[in-house]
Amino acid sequence: MRFPNLFFYFRKSEGQDRIFQFFMGTVALISIIFLTLLLLYELIKGSMPSIQHFGYDFIFSTAWNPVKDEFGALPFIFGTFVSSLLALLIGVPICIGIAVYVTEIAPPKISAFISPLIELLAAIPSVIIGLWGIFVFAPFVRDYISHFLIKYLGFLPLFEGPGYGLSMLTAGMVLAIMIIPIVSSISREALLAVPVLQKEAALALGATRFEAMIQVILPYARGAIFGAVILGLGRAIGETMAVTMVIGNRPQISSSILHPGYTMAAVIANEFTEATANIYLASLIEIGLILFVISVIVNAIARFITWKYLRIQEN
Amino acid sequence: MLERKLKDKIFTVFCIGSVILALVPLLSMLYTIIFRGFSVISIDFLTRLPTPVGTPGGGFGNAIQGSIITSGIASIIGIPLGVLSGMYLAEYKKSSFSKLVSFTADVLTGVPSIITGVFAYLLIVLRFGSFSAVAGGVALATIMIPFIVRTTEESMKMVPWNIREASIALGATRWQTTLFVVLGAAKFGIITGILLIIARISGEAAPLLFTAFGNRFWYSGVFKPVTALPLMIYNYAVSPYNSWHNMAWGGALVLVAGIFSLNIIIRLIAGRR
Repeated sequence: MRFPNLFFYFRKSEGQDRIFQFFMGTVALISIIFLTLLLLYELIKGSMPSIQHFGYDFIFSTAWNPVKDEFGALPFIFGTFVSSLLALLIGVPICIGIAVYVTEIAPPKISAFISPLIELLAAIPSVIIGLWGIFVFAPFVRDYISHFLIKYLGFLPLFEGPGYGLSMLTAGMVLAIMIIPIVSSISREALLAVPVLQKEAALALGATRFEAMIQVILPYARGAIFGAVILGLGRAIGETMAVTMVIGNRPQISSSILHPGYTMAAVIANEFTEATANIYLASLIEIGLILFVISVIVNAIARFITWKYLRIQEN
Repeated sequence: MLERKLKDKIFTVFCIGSVILALVPLLSMLYTIIFRGFSVISIDFLTRLPTPVGTPGGGFGNAIQGSIITSGIASIIGIPLGVLSGMYLAEYKKSSFSKLVSFTADVLTGVPSIITGVFAYLLIVLRFGSFSAVAGGVALATIMIPFIVRTTEESMKMVPWNIREASIALGATRWQTTLFVVLGAAKFGIITGILLIIARISGEAAPLLFTAFGNRFWYSGVFKPVTALPLMIYNYAVSPYNSWHNMAWGGALVLVAGIFSLNIIIRLIAGRR
């Protein structure tokens, strides 16, 4: 009598399993795929008036005049691009320096102390970094860094005065600080993944630590570090509050990084609740759509690269 | 030889300099938050409503309440959806569908937080005709879900395969194994991940700007506007009043203290594992 019972039980459990699997699969479908499609749908639907009214000109127009209902995204695309590029130029060498120090130079006790400290930076909310940016960092940039750059390099259009506290440069530097935790920790993982034998072989051949680093270790870890840099770029592009608070929020394209600018994320944050006219709101949503598409592309590239070179999760 | 040694020295100095360059802003932030924050914080600050400009006193009590409410709504939506989807990816990962879900979740983690605010505005605020705590919660949940999916998936995949076999050999069904054995074994990892993402969303201001919107009074219902600590800090920081700037530092200290204590709890849980 036992056997038929067991058999029956087995069949029943298979049915239950199917239901359970179907249920979880449906939840996954709704909460990830459906959510993404809904997000894209809402953004496209919301920006339709602007897309129909301005067409492709929207991306290349520098007009931003809510009073006359003239809107163009170029100053914001420019601002996002320049501030993120500045962040990488300033931040990436620092990140590599940190990664090398922690893996190669520092005694284990010190590096065990430094890594968590730098990761603490990632736990500080963007808005608080912005608060510090307005009241502590921007005055410092204006009084020392801008002042110095204008005095010695002011003849270049890039460093033309007058120097403002709230500027593209301040935003780039704040972004550089914000991408340090993620980029330096992935770079550290990349350096740790280099086989010790490679390094020891270089050192045994008489290379100094610098030469071993430049000629052997960094080339080996290049791919993964590049992935980390792209991931940092993705962060910098989408960063909102801290940038809004320090970039000066002026929709202009200036050759000087000491002048104020504006980014895509910042203009949405700043003007969304003010946008009373339909076309104004639609233009801001279209900027959001552009920002969404760019950040999805950048992040997808970063994922492919880091997945290819190391299998670590950012968390 | 001398030149090579010199280059090596310069490189070492560059690396040490990098660490210092990263630590100085961090220490400067912590220093200002603590010193400027402590001069503002009092029992009143933590429990009172904000006062109008020019009136001394008042506090961020409603912002602390609002932060807990918006994060709570986000958790109620985000945790079940995220954990169930993550369980599916970890336990039934075979099809191209699950690969697509996994990749999409990964890409979603990189979506700028301001975009989730725009999304919740279009989805909820426009439809219901009012800024609301729910809209803020949905914006935050949109950030949460992909992270929880990934962390659940990773934690459950780390559970050794033979535990599942043992469970099935004892007569448990597949779903009982997933729900009671694997999920149980992975729970510390999942809880750690959930707390980490709660710590992150409780510091987000961008998704709340035009969803929860802000409110100068106590919470009055899920379909009414509500404020939150990061929102208040932003509004006070960009205001032209000196006394408001001081209040913003007080709010910053409360928020950072909250987030850091969550991080300490996470470390303790991770240590117990």
